[in-house]
Amino acid sequence: MSSNHVDTKKHLKIYLTVYISLMILTGVTVFASYIPTTVGLGITLALIIASIKSSLVAGYFMHLIAEKKIIFWTLVLTAIFFIFLIFIPLMSVLDPIKY
Amino acid sequence: MSLEIIPYTIEVREDTGVNNAKLGIWLFLTSEVMLFGALFSSYVFLRIGAASWPEGSSILNIPMATLNTAFLITSSITMVMSWLSLVEKNFSAYKKYMLVTILLGLAFLVVKYFEYSAKFEHHLYPSTNTFLGLYFLMTGLHVLHVIGGLIMNIYLLLPGAKMWQSYPERFTNRVETAGLYWHFVDLVWIFLFPILYLL
Repeated sequence: MSSNHVDTKKHLKIYLTVYISLMILTGVTVFASYIPTTVGLGITLALIIASIKSSLVAGYFMHLIAEKKIIFWTLVLTAIFFIFLIFIPLMSVLDPIKY
Repeated sequence: MSLEIIPYTIEVREDTGVNNAKLGIWLFLTSEVMLFGALFSSYVFLRIGAASWPEGSSILNIPMATLNTAFLITSSITMVMSWLSLVEKNFSAYKKYMLVTILLGLAFLVVKYFEYSAKFEHHLYPSTNTFLGLYFLMTGLHVLHVIGGLIMNIYLLLPGAKMWQSYPERFTNRVETAGLYWHFVDLVWIFLFPILYLL
């Protein structure tokens, strides 16, 4: 994002909205953890909320929403590798070593 | 030494569409995603393979971690406001916002110190069990990142701020780049908090 010609009032309003949303979502995350549920559902819910929060931070505080394509596609490539990395452990479940 | 030695610190490159500083920090952050990604992957691997797994809330202090989350989120908005102040050519507002960002970062470290101290007092160490091993490793690496960000922010508030007089656009870019790193540190904590404390 260019530092020039920035509509500061508009930015301020957006930042405050994002900030309040992040604080509310933090409260929701903590509240949801006290609701008795299965581990799987709890993990899914917590990760969905964390993903929304991280999208807000990346999108607005890090200006990714208005960023150039080269940055966007670099991150898409990173996300693909990241997802692959996270799912590697599942291979140990799908194809375990037999003793 | 001339400030022009490294090109495209402010000017946008035609081929990439961004300046070198911005592309550089984003490439660095992608490497950071993979660094923390490896740790998150290890967490998943160790957790699904464990016969039993303690509830984070039974060992860790949720109110303190929630407070730390609030500190980091608030520091993110003050960081972005410090950059916005420079865009508005308001240097005094920049200094105030940057100072608050630094204080919030320090508050995060103080809370973390109390958290770690409480664990050690109860003889809970990284070697105690797999969960605590991961807890200390992941939060410890995150704390190192917070310290790194604080050093950078303190530099930009004190000696580095002299650049505002000589080269304001470049200084504004530096603060924006430092902000991207600081927001990433916040972003990592957003995932660490539920994974370690709440699940």
